Amino acid sequence: MITLAHFLSLGALLFCIAVAGIFINRKNVIVLLMCIELMLLAVNTNFVAFSRYLGDPAGQVFVFFILTVAAAEAAIGLAILVVLFRNRATIDVTAIDTLKG
Amino acid sequence: MTFELVCFYFFATVAGIAALSVISVKNPVVAALCLVLTFFSMACVWLLAQAEFLAVALVLVYVGAVMVLFLFVVMMLDVDFTAVREGFVRFLPVGVLVAVVMLAEMLMMIGVRTLQTPATADPALLAGMSNMEWLGHTLFRDFLLPFEIASLILTVGLIAAVTLTLRKRTGTKIQKPSQQVRVRREDRIRLVKMAAVKKGEVAP
Repeated sequence: MITLAHFLSLGALLFCIAVAGIFINRKNVIVLLMCIELMLLAVNTNFVAFSRYLGDPAGQVFVFFILTVAAAEAAIGLAILVVLFRNRATIDVTAIDTLKG
Repeated sequence: MTFELVCFYFFATVAGIAALSVISVKNPVVAALCLVLTFFSMACVWLLAQAEFLAVALVLVYVGAVMVLFLFVVMMLDVDFTAVREGFVRFLPVGVLVAVVMLAEMLMMIGVRTLQTPATADPALLAGMSNMEWLGHTLFRDFLLPFEIASLILTVGLIAAVTLTLRKRTGTKIQKPSQQVRVRREDRIRLVKMAAVKKGEVAP
């Protein structure tokens, strides 16, 4: 029998893999965006599992909205990436230091 | 161990391995394809949780749209991927350490041993509806305004993506049909009256 803990553990595992990915691919914006998508997937899994085990449809509705926002975010993020590459000819995060922050 | 649990472990293993290769492979195209595999396996896991509509939506939206967009961008940009991979080994230990500690903390919090909540019957079926109907009732009754705001967000995202990447090039020769249509004969042609002359003869 699949329990709630199974789903939560899988979500935690995916989330931690995504965190590790953000740490070790600090220069590549494309992989960073992919890691953010992985994180959202992990969170969505938790929402789906709780919705299933608590019998509340609101959790699945939330996943629906997260999918919407994530799609918009990916589109805008990739558009910014294209503009960035056009202007600077690099996608290296450490090279983007014009503001000297 | 039921068949359901075997399926769950299989999909979870595939998703985990694919997610690991997303963050570790050299070629971003391969990484994007591994991410597709992760999304697909997770959609299967969601199916096991009786979230049919969301599983299909995940495949359609992510695998069908977002990942294709990723692949387009990766293939369109001529990025030197060996340069952006510097520091991979340097940050590997701290990355793995943070991830492992976080995973341990999360698993402790979840309490894998204590929280053995058994699955109840599917709440949608208990209500006598399909998953989609169950979701739709909530979505269009309690969450109608957020639903409409979501459509607004998508529209803004669409416009933003187009305006961000739109650029005016200088020095390109493009046709302007409106001006072409508006042109009159008088603007281009001037008739000049000249006296007729023979060859070799100097005009008066």
